[in-house]
Amino acid sequence: MKDVDDKFRKTDTEVPLREELRPRKVTTPDGQEIDIDPLRDYFCEAKPKVHPKAYSKIVEDFYNWARANSLWILGFGTGCGAIEMRPLMTPRFDAYRYGIQWRPTPRQANLLVISGYLSVKTLKRAIRAYEQMPQPKYVMGLGSCTINGGMYWDSYNTIKRLDDYLPVDMYVAGCMPRPEALLHGFMELKRVIREGKGEGANKYAENFDQYKANQKAVIKDWDMPDYNW
Amino acid sequence: MTAFPNFEWVQIAYALLTLFIVINYGMVMTAVVRKIGARVGGRYGIPVWQNYVDLLKNIALRSKISHGVMYYLGPVFRLTGGVGLLMFVPTIYGSEWHQNFSYAGDLILALYFVFFGTLGMALGAGESGHPHSAIGVSRGLAQVTMAELPLALGVYALSLQYGTLDITKIVAAQQGSIFNWTLFTNPLATVAAMVAFVGTMMRSPFDVAMAPQEIPIGPPTEYHSSYLALMQTNRVLFPVAKTVIYMNLFFGGATSWAEFAIKVFCLYMISVVIGVVHPRFRVEQSIRFFLKWGLPLGVLAILTV
Amino acid sequence: MREILYRLKDRYHLGTPTFQRTDLCFVTVRRDEIRAILTELRDMEGFTHLTFLTAVDWIEEQLFQLTYMVNNREANLSLGLRVLLDREDATGDTIHDLWPTAATYQRELREMFGIKFPGSPRVDEEFILEGWTDLPPYRRDFDTLAYSQQTYNDRPGRVTHDPKTHMQKTLYPSYPKGAK
Repeated sequence: MKDVDDKFRKTDTEVPLREELRPRKVTTPDGQEIDIDPLRDYFCEAKPKVHPKAYSKIVEDFYNWARANSLWILGFGTGCGAIEMRPLMTPRFDAYRYGIQWRPTPRQANLLVISGYLSVKTLKRAIRAYEQMPQPKYVMGLGSCTINGGMYWDSYNTIKRLDDYLPVDMYVAGCMPRPEALLHGFMELKRVIREGKGEGANKYAENFDQYKANQKAVIKDWDMPDYNW
Repeated sequence: MTAFPNFEWVQIAYALLTLFIVINYGMVMTAVVRKIGARVGGRYGIPVWQNYVDLLKNIALRSKISHGVMYYLGPVFRLTGGVGLLMFVPTIYGSEWHQNFSYAGDLILALYFVFFGTLGMALGAGESGHPHSAIGVSRGLAQVTMAELPLALGVYALSLQYGTLDITKIVAAQQGSIFNWTLFTNPLATVAAMVAFVGTMMRSPFDVAMAPQEIPIGPPTEYHSSYLALMQTNRVLFPVAKTVIYMNLFFGGATSWAEFAIKVFCLYMISVVIGVVHPRFRVEQSIRFFLKWGLPLGVLAILTV
Repeated sequence: MREILYRLKDRYHLGTPTFQRTDLCFVTVRRDEIRAILTELRDMEGFTHLTFLTAVDWIEEQLFQLTYMVNNREANLSLGLRVLLDREDATGDTIHDLWPTAATYQRELREMFGIKFPGSPRVDEEFILEGWTDLPPYRRDFDTLAYSQQTYNDRPGRVTHDPKTHMQKTLYPSYPKGAK
């Protein structure tokens, strides 16, 4: 790694919470004084739960087979990889034949594809989207940017290791990976799910505090609840 | 026993069998239709069993989030609309098994059930609290209400023509020759109702309620796991059930499952073919379309009976 | 182009113009005259389009250079006006009343270089960065590599190859002769 100018030290200042999110006293129309705390009042702050597998191994295997053959991707593109996902719908690659579909809402998606570099600002949105997805859910990182920063290794606002912030089930290397590589990644992810190793959501729930600490270390203006349902 | 003079308990089992067959038929048919669409576009397309896998996957999801009682009841109502529509209409004419619970006034009930699911969905999606749901529901309700007008008028024309509100009797009157079908005896009513048919099949150009591109994805935005599985079931059942009504009223009904399968598929393909060649209407455009073309046709159908 | 510069030269202080092409020229002007020159260019000379407004950090001279690029569509001329600002507490003059789009450029400059534009609408709101507390990142005294190493975790095992020697080793391992 290149030598670094030691003279530069980053400053670590707290970012104040946005004004509309601060706890405050409000007078209601009928004259009562009430305390409101927007982050607590409007959101559920319960931590994610670890969901056990089905009791019977046969049932769980069967479920895993279904999950593997019906991967619904959240249509959420970050970075340049979003453009590599589009050809997958076209006649040339046609990911639909493998049961892969794109869904427009996180509630109906199982797979979050982080398609390229992730700036801190986008990371915040990616976390929100990830946490809204129902379990079990999978994360796939595309490209060197999600693995070790790639060509953004010295960027001031791009994270370097995706697995610090979200539990990643599968990486696809390349800059950018071509659609063929992506398809291979999907096949490998299917294998992982069928083997019952796609437990990223449970891993996230178990190491929740550590993931949150990592996320909050880079997202300075944390203006959302700790866990977004 | 006076209310249902011909009721026997075994009919429930028969009706459930009908439901089972129709759901499976719908599952395979919608997948086949998607596959045909893919093949036309030069793609390989989804496997024909993909609908089953998706359904199973959604049921197998581990976490569910409810937004309240009505949110839970939304998909239930929606499915009730589909099942009810099927249950009170004879699926196979002349078959004791698949006669279901049809009775003398079932046409009115069928008209009601066509609308019922949308209303239930409106309540459920409203409680989910997502703005896209609210937008989708208001668009969907406006459009379905307008599309119902030509259908209702066409159906009234039909009941005037045959002098009955009993679907079984209407089907019976159409037996014998292909020229006994309402399609030939009352083409105006048929065309008016087919306008409504295309309008309520949730396919382009009348799919602004779902609007996959601008307001992803309309009413079901917040629905997931088992809730979504219920809605998926309805999504394959409801078009078939609706097509059964049209088949019975206008296209001579079906006397066997083979005839049923062919007729439903052909009718369904009407909306598909129209859908793939037409871009989507905005909601006010589709309302105007129904008022301008569907409504006069329906009125004309009544006047000329 | 030259005629325009001659006309301007009568009344304003212009530096030596640099002609990149016949239709593209850069010229340095004084800070207190920039608004007058821009207004005149826009209203009298047909430079109706503000192509961009950007900044350069001349840290050695302790200066910021603002570059206003204006374009005359009809005559297909582009003129770049340079203004030099003191780097300490740099403050520019807002031109959002001449071109409303300038407000966005000024907001960006405020965030990325820390150049103030008093009076420009929404200039102090965050533009691209959220919750940024460090030095403005486009300033040259901001070390982006050091910042990224102090902020984001590295994955160990990353090596950097010099492309020339690396490709030579992979493709021609026995070159130069005797080496293996």
